[in-house]
Amino acid sequence: MPAWIPICSVDDILPLGSRRVARPKGLPVALFRDAGHQVHALLDRCPHKGGPLSQGLVMDDAVACPLHNWVIQFSDGRARAPDEGGTPVFACKVEQGQVYLDADELATLALDLTAPLAGPCQRLHAAA
Amino acid sequence: MNLSDTPQGLRQKLVVVGNGMAGVRAVEELLKLAPDLYDITIFGAEPHPNYNRILLSPVLAGEQTIDQIILNPLSWYAEQGITLHTGHTVVHIDRVTRQVHARTPDGGLMQVPYDRLLLATGSLPFIPPMPGNKLQGVIAYRDIADTQAMIDAAARYQHAVVIGGGLLGLEAANGLMLRGMQVTVVHLAPWLMERQLDDTAGKMLQQALESRGLKFMLGAQTQQLVGGPDGRVLAVQFKDGSEIPADLVVMAAGIRPNTTLAESCGVHVNRGIVVSDTLQTITDPRIYAVGECAAHRGIAYGLVAPLFEQGKVCATHLAQFGIGRYTGSLTSTKLKVTGIDLFSAGQFQGGEGTEQIVMSDPASGVYKKLVIQGDKLVGACLYGDTVDGSWYFKLLRDGRPIGDIRDKLMFGESNIGDVGHQGHNKAAAMADSDEVCGCNGVNKGSICKAIRDKGLFTLEDVRKHTKASASCGSCTGLVEQLLMVTAGGDYSAAPRKKALCGCTDASHEEVRAAIRQPLADGSKLLTVGGVFSHLGWRTPNGCSSCRPAVNYYLISTWPKEARDDPQSRLINERSHANIQKDGSYSVIPRMWGGETTAAELRRIADVVDKYQIPTVKVTGGQRIDLLGVKKEDLVNVWRDIGMPSGHAYAKALRTVKTCVGSEWCRMGTQDSTQMGKDLERAMWRMYAPHKVKFAVSGCPRNCAEAGIKDVGIIGVDSGWEMYVAGNGGIKTEVAHFFTKLKTAEEVLEYTGAFCELYRQEGWYLERTVHFVNRVGLDYVKRRILDDHDGRQALWAQLQFALDGEPDPWFEFDKAAVDTRQFIPLQPA
Repeated sequence: MPAWIPICSVDDILPLGSRRVARPKGLPVALFRDAGHQVHALLDRCPHKGGPLSQGLVMDDAVACPLHNWVIQFSDGRARAPDEGGTPVFACKVEQGQVYLDADELATLALDLTAPLAGPCQRLHAAA
Repeated sequence: MNLSDTPQGLRQKLVVVGNGMAGVRAVEELLKLAPDLYDITIFGAEPHPNYNRILLSPVLAGEQTIDQIILNPLSWYAEQGITLHTGHTVVHIDRVTRQVHARTPDGGLMQVPYDRLLLATGSLPFIPPMPGNKLQGVIAYRDIADTQAMIDAAARYQHAVVIGGGLLGLEAANGLMLRGMQVTVVHLAPWLMERQLDDTAGKMLQQALESRGLKFMLGAQTQQLVGGPDGRVLAVQFKDGSEIPADLVVMAAGIRPNTTLAESCGVHVNRGIVVSDTLQTITDPRIYAVGECAAHRGIAYGLVAPLFEQGKVCATHLAQFGIGRYTGSLTSTKLKVTGIDLFSAGQFQGGEGTEQIVMSDPASGVYKKLVIQGDKLVGACLYGDTVDGSWYFKLLRDGRPIGDIRDKLMFGESNIGDVGHQGHNKAAAMADSDEVCGCNGVNKGSICKAIRDKGLFTLEDVRKHTKASASCGSCTGLVEQLLMVTAGGDYSAAPRKKALCGCTDASHEEVRAAIRQPLADGSKLLTVGGVFSHLGWRTPNGCSSCRPAVNYYLISTWPKEARDDPQSRLINERSHANIQKDGSYSVIPRMWGGETTAAELRRIADVVDKYQIPTVKVTGGQRIDLLGVKKEDLVNVWRDIGMPSGHAYAKALRTVKTCVGSEWCRMGTQDSTQMGKDLERAMWRMYAPHKVKFAVSGCPRNCAEAGIKDVGIIGVDSGWEMYVAGNGGIKTEVAHFFTKLKTAEEVLEYTGAFCELYRQEGWYLERTVHFVNRVGLDYVKRRILDDHDGRQALWAQLQFALDGEPDPWFEFDKAAVDTRQFIPLQPA
């Protein structure tokens, strides 16, 4: 049984919009709302170059990554062909206008995946 | 009912007659759209699965094998649940009971019922009626069996005669010669490929092929084929009684649409099975036809790209989407003989009312002819250097006026300011490691590999998979050559108009026109969703290509009426900052004309410290860029800096770059800094199809580099010179001199009017350089320089649109900035 915990109201997300959910450990989870009241959740990380999917343009059943326009499907987290790869999908449900995620997944899923680096810290990273 | 759940047995029955490239492609497209809608049966007369017929020539020439040209192996049919009957000839169609009757390989008969029938029977070689044409050793050149017969003959015999000096005949002759035969090409016309080449190019081609060892008899009329006692052909005899020896005769005198079956069941045929724009036969809407057997608006196409285009449209109708129209294709020609480059398209022969620009360099084997009518390119014939073929083809198809580039037309696209492919013009001669696409760093090897491994046929496919030629497009010609060499795709055939994206068939032009045109009840299209439903979009809410475009068209066409939809904007214009590769943002405050103060610099410095911003950089446009700002900090950073948005993230007016000008400079003739500030204050917050950059220099030394800006202003003693449509990016292009102006007010008016014209008529993501190239500089001059009232009206429209526009860094409500986006949610 998923350990559902409330995250926000559906109306906290614009139709065809998105929000980020911070996690104590691991990258954030991105919530996407379709044109109606359905909400989907993916790890906030594009399988291509790690772009934050929560910042992408939301379509009916997929999101276009803000970095290089890869299209990631909500249903299975897979990139739309011809691109290849996928990002973890999080269980998500909406009940009476409330959005829920699974606390166990938030605490344990995809903790090893990291965000890309930019700026001077890359040089330090390369030297280390 | 959800169609995708239709159980087997309840599905409709689709029967496809013809297992070739056109029919199978239509099925592939259908399976993408509606995988479970039909039980599909395919009949093929040949014993093979679908193969790439265009590559028979390389197989004959020994450059590829049969296995390499198989497109859909038998396992593919099995995986898709398709019933395949190879070696079966369909002999009758009963349209009343909807049954297909076929003869099995062992001579039996079978019947298969259909709900929908797709005819893709292709074409048959034309065998000229002459005595002896049924002798052994006389073959056509159409399929694998013919190719194998030629390969076998080449191993046993010496003399081959090819009748027909067109595309197919020359490819056959070349292949037989490479397999060791002595080959003579007999051709009725005075030069080779007379339907694709003019006489000069035809003769150059003949010389090149002669130097490889082919013999030609032009203007020769064949009387009969002479057989020996064993029933095999022995010689070809001509009208004048002369003879040449022949152990093998290849008939390559053209092809005819294979319409026998369609005719026998009463489907209307006129030089092909007559189909509508939906690829349905006009006789029976249950029956479709695609490919070489179909006549669409009087044309039966014999090239791959149109067939695929037809397959796509046909599939959408079979899938019951009821959308998509095939409106015909423009085609061009290339020859698949390794080492010979030729290209032709349009009215390459010229004719009444046309002019020709010709360049001929026989010693280096290069010949180019461009045919012009009025101020349009209407035909091209290239020999020896075809890299610009695709560019000419595009000019031809788009019908763009070429008056302003006529003097440079002959020297190709690279001579009008294009870099990117490093001057290569022969893809075949490039090494695998040579870079083809400089924008996306794609080399020849990886393009060829993708074409082979993924079975790509069209330029669009290659762009999707490899990104090659997907940015500036200047290497398109090379990529097309690679497609030709690797897959034999006749890539440059293109649909007459380009759809905005996969969600619609409407072009940018049509969407703009629909938005501008008030509806029947007098109301206007003012929302993205309204446009989608009015124009029958395929997706309810569009995609990342069409939504930003349509949103821009709405707000630029109906300012103050259409509401900006932030959810239809890409992230930079939604968060009003520029996303970086790690998901952080960059912030560039506006500094009017590039001038700043100690107070501003102090505030910027304090913000950098307070928010620990890792990088501070001066931009190419004379502004200060703060890089690595966390999204959570953006609102506070804007507030603390207290300067207006620089819009450096937007398709909008970015910076106005200025030199110091007459206020300080001892060379300066005009106050360029003040002019720059005035321009920037008048036009900031101006959204446009793409980013817009200005520059103002105070004297002709032009320290502000005004020659590569969308609008460049250069002060001279008597006033200002105005330049437009320059570009310093991917496609470096020097701005065109536009006009000379006297006063600063005039500079504002003319610049504003030019920008408003671009805003109203440019296509989304089209820079001014591309816009002006598309519509022609003469048109822009007519609208801005000659039409005084029009110019003033445009300038007034821009001022109306910009009046009261909010600064999105401060007026969140008015600019529809959803501030919730900046704060991450915290689970309870």
